[in-house]
Amino acid sequence: MEIQDTIEDVAFNLLKQAVIRLPSDVKEALQRAYEEETSEAGKVNLKAILTNIEFAEKLNTPICQDTGTIIFYVKAGAQARGLEKVEAALRRATKRATEEVPLRPNAVDPLTRKNSGDNTGRFIPFVHWEITDGDSIEITALPKGGGSENVSALGMITPGEGIKGLKKFVIDAVIKAGAKPCPPNTLGVGVGGGADIAMKLAKKALLRPLNQPNLNPDLRKLEKELYEAANSTGIGPMGLGGKFTVLGVNVEYAHRHPASYPVGVAYQCWAARRATARINADGAVEYSTHKAR
Amino acid sequence: MTVFKLKTPISEEEIRELKVNDVLYVTGTMVTARDAAHKRALEYFEEGKTLPIKLEGLAVFHCGPIVKKEDDKWIVVAAGPTTSTRMGQFEDEFIKNFKVRVIIGKGGMGKRTTDAMKEHGAVYGAFTGGAAVLAAKAIKHVRALEWSDLGMPEALWIFEVEEFGPLTVAIDSHGNNLFEEVKKKVEEKRTTVYKKLGV
Ligand code: SF4
Repeated sequence: MEIQDTIEDVAFNLLKQAVIRLPSDVKEALQRAYEEETSEAGKVNLKAILTNIEFAEKLNTPICQDTGTIIFYVKAGAQARGLEKVEAALRRATKRATEEVPLRPNAVDPLTRKNSGDNTGRFIPFVHWEITDGDSIEITALPKGGGSENVSALGMITPGEGIKGLKKFVIDAVIKAGAKPCPPNTLGVGVGGGADIAMKLAKKALLRPLNQPNLNPDLRKLEKELYEAANSTGIGPMGLGGKFTVLGVNVEYAHRHPASYPVGVAYQCWAARRATARINADGAVEYSTHKAR
Repeated sequence: MTVFKLKTPISEEEIRELKVNDVLYVTGTMVTARDAAHKRALEYFEEGKTLPIKLEGLAVFHCGPIVKKEDDKWIVVAAGPTTSTRMGQFEDEFIKNFKVRVIIGKGGMGKRTTDAMKEHGAVYGAFTGGAAVLAAKAIKHVRALEWSDLGMPEALWIFEVEEFGPLTVAIDSHGNNLFEEVKKKVEEKRTTVYKKLGV
């Protein structure tokens, strides 16, 4: 098989897996939330979520009707073949998935309001590139829901406030979001770099599995504090009150300009859809978030 | 928390039994309506025209379903709730004029709707956001598609449903609004949360 065909097939499979089956870390976190939730309304809604996940798997249909904006993260080995063909292959995969899975057509021209009908358009699907060592290509699909995207936040806080300002900004964002992003959510927080970099890091932070601790002990502590604070607001599942407003908080950072302290907050749905696979130089494919089917 | 299972048409008396935090399952006829359908229905009422279906005692669902046609039959694939606040400008008149008893959606609604529900006897049932397959499974049959010129998501879909739920009663017919109560409590907690974080 030609490399571009392999890439297209893999990307198609990733989109299909992502919208139909949640990664096990997300399912486990939701199950735990259901067991530990004390509010009645919260429990009822978490149970509904778990049942919905089960039905989606059984019936092979998307978990949520909003199958999101299609975003890919590509880690390209510098020696990998066919890199110039990746973007076109990802577009073809997106069109195919829209028709065959199916996905909801979610790519609208902001000026003419015209929906392209196939989830592709200018810069969409968006592809984030990273060049790595070696000759393999790793692709992650992130179909990103709109309701949770709408509560994203960017704060250019005063450097003097530092980490305190960051904590306040994140909690204010959580309280402002309230019921809108279908809580419980995963929170991605990006710090430093610049406005665009903080947002990019915040969204990228959503790719880290919920059961994978941050390797930096200071960030691990910060994540725990933010997690506990978000869950002590009482917003709860679907904003109906309860313990679980978030399933996890993931923080990423970059060094910052002395005069600025950007903080980005990205939201992921409970239907935290993502899937990853690696294509090796010999064409062999390894799926890491979902078993290949 | 009490679990209620009601069949349409639902009477005012039945609906007044429900309190916020109760859980409701609806069996019978449910009609989808979003902004455009609400607007048109109210225009019809003004002009004295009859709607394609009599809404009294029925459930209205804020939803733009994904539907496919198989052997000339409509099949609902996904039917998650959409954000209800957008319908806030129409819902009080809608409840008053058409005597619907259950409004289903996500995210809750404001004071105007809460007041209308109290006055005319209706409740708001919150359906779990994103749980589109669960919703679709409870829809047993598509009875009709009306006002299809509004586009598939905005049209009036008339569904026969069986134990559609769980719906968390988030606004009851006694003036209680669970979303507003939670918001108020969260606001009260804000300073405690700040303190905990040392900010
Ligand atoms: S916020 Fe997420 S889970 Fe909720 S309806 Fe939108 S895409 Fe689905």
